[in-house]
Amino acid sequence: MTSLVDAESVLAIDIGSLNTRALLFDVVDGQYHLISAAVAPSTAGAPFRDVSEGVHIALTRLQEITGRALTSNEAQIILPSQPDGSGVDRLAITCSAGADLNIVTMGLLTDVSLLSAQRLAGTTYGQVTDSIGLNDRRRVDAQLDALLQARPDIIIIAGGTEKGATRSINKLSELVLMATRVMPKETRPKILYCGNGALAKRVKENLERDTVVVVAPNIRPNIDTEDLSPAETILAKITAKLRTLQVGGLEGLASMSSTPVLPSAFALGRMMRFSSDLSDLSKSTLGIDLGSGAATLAIADLDNLHLNVFRELGMGSGLSSALKQIRLEDIARWVPYDIPDAEIRDYLYQKSLFPAMLPMTRETLALEQAMARQILRQAVQRTLERWPGTDLSFERIFISGATLAQAASPMQTLMMVLDGLQPVGINVMMLDPYGLSQALGAIAGVNSLLPAQIIESGAYANLGTALCPISDARPGAVIMRLKITYEDNTDTRLEVKQGAIVPLPIRNGQIAHLEVETLRGTVLDPCLPRMKRFRIVGGLCGAVVDARGRPLNLLNDPVKRREQLLTWARAMEDRRLA
Amino acid sequence: MLAPVTHILPLTSIRRLRSLPVPGRVLVRAGQKVNASDVIAQATAPSGHHVLDIRRGLGIPQAAAAERCIVRQVGDKLEKGDVIAESGGLFSRIIRTPMDGEIISISGGQILLRTQTSDLEVRAGFAGTVSDIIKDQGAIIETSGALIQGVWGNGLTDSGMLLLVSNSPDEEINRQQIEVSMRGAIIMGGYCSSADVLRAGADLQLRGMVLSSMASELVPVAASLKYPVLIIEGFGRTPLNDAAYRLLITSEKRDVSISAALNPPAGERPELIIPLPAIGQSAPETDYFAPNQIVRIQGAPYAGKMGTLVQVRPGLFTLPNGLKVPAADIQLDSDTRVTVPLANLEVIE
Repeated sequence: MTSLVDAESVLAIDIGSLNTRALLFDVVDGQYHLISAAVAPSTAGAPFRDVSEGVHIALTRLQEITGRALTSNEAQIILPSQPDGSGVDRLAITCSAGADLNIVTMGLLTDVSLLSAQRLAGTTYGQVTDSIGLNDRRRVDAQLDALLQARPDIIIIAGGTEKGATRSINKLSELVLMATRVMPKETRPKILYCGNGALAKRVKENLERDTVVVVAPNIRPNIDTEDLSPAETILAKITAKLRTLQVGGLEGLASMSSTPVLPSAFALGRMMRFSSDLSDLSKSTLGIDLGSGAATLAIADLDNLHLNVFRELGMGSGLSSALKQIRLEDIARWVPYDIPDAEIRDYLYQKSLFPAMLPMTRETLALEQAMARQILRQAVQRTLERWPGTDLSFERIFISGATLAQAASPMQTLMMVLDGLQPVGINVMMLDPYGLSQALGAIAGVNSLLPAQIIESGAYANLGTALCPISDARPGAVIMRLKITYEDNTDTRLEVKQGAIVPLPIRNGQIAHLEVETLRGTVLDPCLPRMKRFRIVGGLCGAVVDARGRPLNLLNDPVKRREQLLTWARAMEDRRLA
Repeated sequence: MLAPVTHILPLTSIRRLRSLPVPGRVLVRAGQKVNASDVIAQATAPSGHHVLDIRRGLGIPQAAAAERCIVRQVGDKLEKGDVIAESGGLFSRIIRTPMDGEIISISGGQILLRTQTSDLEVRAGFAGTVSDIIKDQGAIIETSGALIQGVWGNGLTDSGMLLLVSNSPDEEINRQQIEVSMRGAIIMGGYCSSADVLRAGADLQLRGMVLSSMASELVPVAASLKYPVLIIEGFGRTPLNDAAYRLLITSEKRDVSISAALNPPAGERPELIIPLPAIGQSAPETDYFAPNQIVRIQGAPYAGKMGTLVQVRPGLFTLPNGLKVPAADIQLDSDTRVTVPLANLEVIE
């Protein structure tokens, strides 16, 4: 691998199931900047079955925008940059396109190693097609048949604390050995062993005659400790390797890349961890990517990364599976118009057939945004199930995915995230319409300078700061008093009532100092209980206090609920400017 | 911009790969003529196994020692009761196989028996000629004829005589229109909103049903049927486009084939093939948006409407709902020109 530290220009390409994005970074006045970004339809699927065409179109657009030649007459990416200014010095690739990988998880105790194996599987683009643990009451034959039926691309074997169980792990290993011997050579799964380290050598020797075995450090070194991180990195590499075999044209691109091809979700997670490392506060950072084929939530703090890929929750090709998980009434309750349920269902099913289709009317736009809210809700709930105790107060929330990041107005984006995510405390929202996070995550592994400078460069749009207090006060009661002091020392004061959503009089880019007095037992930020005075910078939506309560209660009566949704939307659109 | 293409063609050359999911035997040869129902490849897939633990059965803890007692080899076919291991000595212990099967591995003192297999076969799907053989997998079948590609299917294939139930492109099909005389036919209806209609097709043993559109709530019913269902326009009440309707009414009582497979990433689209005794040219599968193309619009308020692309607009166009998108002007009829996102257009070839 070549270091990027001395590189000047970097081209990042993210290949999604729907879109291929190309981003060009270069040094301007001694600092890295995002020069431009371009998008084209992905061509991983039929009729092309080769990502190269989509990449070529995206690069052609990027060339048109920047006036800089990036490809040769033979349509090859010019690497490195040439004295005439053409080409780039480095290339980084991320990919989320490709069919779901089938993953079988194996472990010992359901609530310990098997749970960790499931969480590990949830960090990549796959579906768990079977799970085998100590409590599995099936006969060995039945387990074997289930394992074969699951057609795994990857088998994750976990279990046994360090110096712990060995016999049960050996049994799992024997089962896998039997299965791999029955399978045709070309369909044998890759094995990721992340159990008791004392057995790693033996398991590897036992299985590697028949298939590829990769060993990672124990994800459950003791019963109370989980450490997914090293195994996550290895799983990402296995996923990327399988993708390069599965997705036409990716191998050729990978051979030119300065960094290993990474799954987009892993790159997003790495970027969140990187961003968290840059933060001063003791809060975590959240990255949301609501894509066509999957939703990804990456929560990072100084010690941990909780990466969650929800392959069955997508806004395009993933809609048909999302509709199996989500009740229609849970989608309909977010729609501020009177649209029959059948019409909502028909529209969303049609969208699953034509994932690129865009809403042309305000009603269908509202409908897609309702779906986005409910997918976010579902993703958050599942994240909390996987990682109980996760705080929903974030230092920064990075928002990507077309439905969220390319809405008709920044207010729509903000409302979708507030409604779907329902964060608490003080949260700065960052808009990522270009898929920057995935690109920077891929680059961050070898060059920390570029992402750090890009974050500071304003390439992410500041959507605004959302203050989401927690209060048990009755609706209408005053729960907060705010004093906003501007840089010219003028100030304004306002009160916030429980149940309201209140835009603050702070313009985009304006710096303001807030003093907050909480009333009636209200907590502004559970992660920062002493935070009463702080500075914020207005974003595209200025800043907002969301005092509607957690969880957000929508009225049961459909007419009143629609009025409630429209009132909230109007409150935001009619925001008062300072 | 790259344009998705849907084929609605009165005469074209059609080539389709028919292959097994696992390696097997190809039963046809290049140049052979086949009918839709002809099996062109077969395979046997293992579907059941049994593990015999010889160590435990003979009470010998060491795997190697237990394996020395096994009197059969990998590949041996066994019948229930056959001896597979014996310990020897004065009080020899014997293990017999509890079921028929084939030994596929001996390892760790255990014997793995394959006890069940399932037969897989792949059919031609439409009448044509075998143009290429894919070793151990299947073949490419070729024909000339009319082709109508749909948007959703329930995964099944069949062929039969085409009968029209609809009298207009936007008619809703009802239970009463399905008659006993249609048994064994492929019927063409309009919009379907009733599960009774789909079930009536099963009762009458239809060979297939082609619909312009269907209520999405019927997807689970349609997916559970034993005959193919092909949707041409999509979900929600959408009339059949004129091009497809004209083709279908002129093809009534012809033998047609439905392939209702749906796997877009793999290039499988649900389609209706009407083999014809004429030579067609193959149609392109990809295109770029350009003036004068016939396009179909997806999404309200123009769902299913077809028109002529007038121009691709430069830059971004702001829709009435505020979204800023790459767009094109489409002439729907002599009086109506609309601007729609490129993402909502398919080129109809």
